[in-house]
Amino acid sequence: MTASVEIENLSISFGTVKVLPSVSFSVAPGECFGLVGESGSGKSTVLRCVSMLTDFWSGTVRIGGKDVRSLPLAERCRLLQMVFQDPYGSLHPRQSVRTVLAEPLRIHGLGDREARMRQALVDVGLPVDFLDRFPHQLSGGQRQRVAIARALILEPAVLLLDEPTSALDVSVQAEILNLLARLREMRGFTYIMVTHDLAVVDHMCDRFAVMQSGEVTEILPRSAIAGNGATHPYARELIGASLEYEGQR
Amino acid sequence: MTVQTRSLPAPLYAARNIVTFLLRQPTSAFGLIVLAILIGAAALAPWIATHDPYVQNLGNVLQPPGNGHLFGTDELGRDIFSRLIWGARITLTIIFLVTIVVGPLGMIVGTVAGYFGGKVDLVMMRITDIFLSFPSLILSLAFVAALGPSLNNAIIAIGLTAWPPIARLARAETMTFRNADYIAAARLQGASSLRIIVKSIMPMCLPSVVIRLTLNMATVILTAAGLGFLGLGAQPPLPEWGAMIATGRRYMIDSWWLVTFPGLSILCVSLAFNLLGDGLRDALDPKQMNRR
Repeated sequence: MTASVEIENLSISFGTVKVLPSVSFSVAPGECFGLVGESGSGKSTVLRCVSMLTDFWSGTVRIGGKDVRSLPLAERCRLLQMVFQDPYGSLHPRQSVRTVLAEPLRIHGLGDREARMRQALVDVGLPVDFLDRFPHQLSGGQRQRVAIARALILEPAVLLLDEPTSALDVSVQAEILNLLARLREMRGFTYIMVTHDLAVVDHMCDRFAVMQSGEVTEILPRSAIAGNGATHPYARELIGASLEYEGQR
Repeated sequence: MTVQTRSLPAPLYAARNIVTFLLRQPTSAFGLIVLAILIGAAALAPWIATHDPYVQNLGNVLQPPGNGHLFGTDELGRDIFSRLIWGARITLTIIFLVTIVVGPLGMIVGTVAGYFGGKVDLVMMRITDIFLSFPSLILSLAFVAALGPSLNNAIIAIGLTAWPPIARLARAETMTFRNADYIAAARLQGASSLRIIVKSIMPMCLPSVVIRLTLNMATVILTAAGLGFLGLGAQPPLPEWGAMIATGRRYMIDSWWLVTFPGLSILCVSLAFNLLGDGLRDALDPKQMNRR
């Protein structure tokens, strides 16, 4: 199951501060779309708006052609899930992996829980006996795998990834990115991925948007990174800085 | 099936860990031991007590300790030691009933206010403020005066005045993690607010609420004793410790044992609960988890 995501004129203010003036982009079914930009440029806010965690925005967000605002809660949950940045904060410290994975199944009244939970753990490359572990008994990478398993268990079409690797060290980052790439091949997920790291975009995404103070300055294909094919000065600067940094390493 | 076999020992294991931790420190060990003695005395009262706590013997009044009466006799010739032992039951009943009223009530008000915020929070916290701004003994007095003096009414009155600090605490705790990613994840899974509060938020508030309740028990005992002392709690001839002090007060100058032993009992038990609460705070602190 795949679904497209279309965002039109998404805007939101917190108090008097306009965080997103007007954001529009669309993501094809099965595509991986990157959102890059400096801290505070509104990347994560876009994801929180799309997922309805923040619901006082205006504009239109359609997933698979359906307006997220008019989607019933249960259907929305089965269409879109999110993986958070910090695996240390996104798992309940007092819930075992079994509870974490069983809760969504209970909420949605899905049967055959044990088999589904086992399958989810296998999908993210964790041994099945991890079901009875608690978050403090897992490493950062393992926690993030559990967080991904939690997102997968409702079999969504769209996964929102909020810097899923930035809290992990480099070798674990590669593992998680490969896992996400493999899952997309297997299931045909649509990804919207927020990241700081253009190398991650280069590895994962088909297209990406460069954001600056709440606005999408430019939407570029992956191939634009290598030769710095951006036309907007800010996007050029960002990609240039990243290439320079990569060159130094 | 595997769920039950594996998850059942886990809480027991945790409880054993906590008890071991408490026993390792002298202060909390004292609290635990006094509490154990109190429960033991209450459970075994008919066998431990040397006399019937209600039988009067007017030929044997105000006897000093000794002569077959360990702590002496009171103004009606009743054995004070036996009355203290039977009084442990009353004290435990008060603590137990107050705790099961105050704990859940405070926790529900606090977590609901903290989770929803906004107007819900405003209304609930102003109600809490109103209860907080009365001195608890005065408010208890008002309740008892309205409902009539009896032990049960004293328990209700104490329960109604002891929940606001718990609610405040639970609200503050809830607010620190209501925007945490794991709550956001639960919302994205379609969990209802009730489900999030009960399954995600309450387990996080529980340790601090348990600690606070334990520390509160000393206050509860003292308030109950105070109400008993004023004649508004347990009614004669119930051997409630506060009431015993109240009646013994008239003979205090000549017969010190009438007030001393009930007073010491109240002191020991309040102190025990305070020390136990302090110990629990260390035992349940996640930062100390690694030391166990």
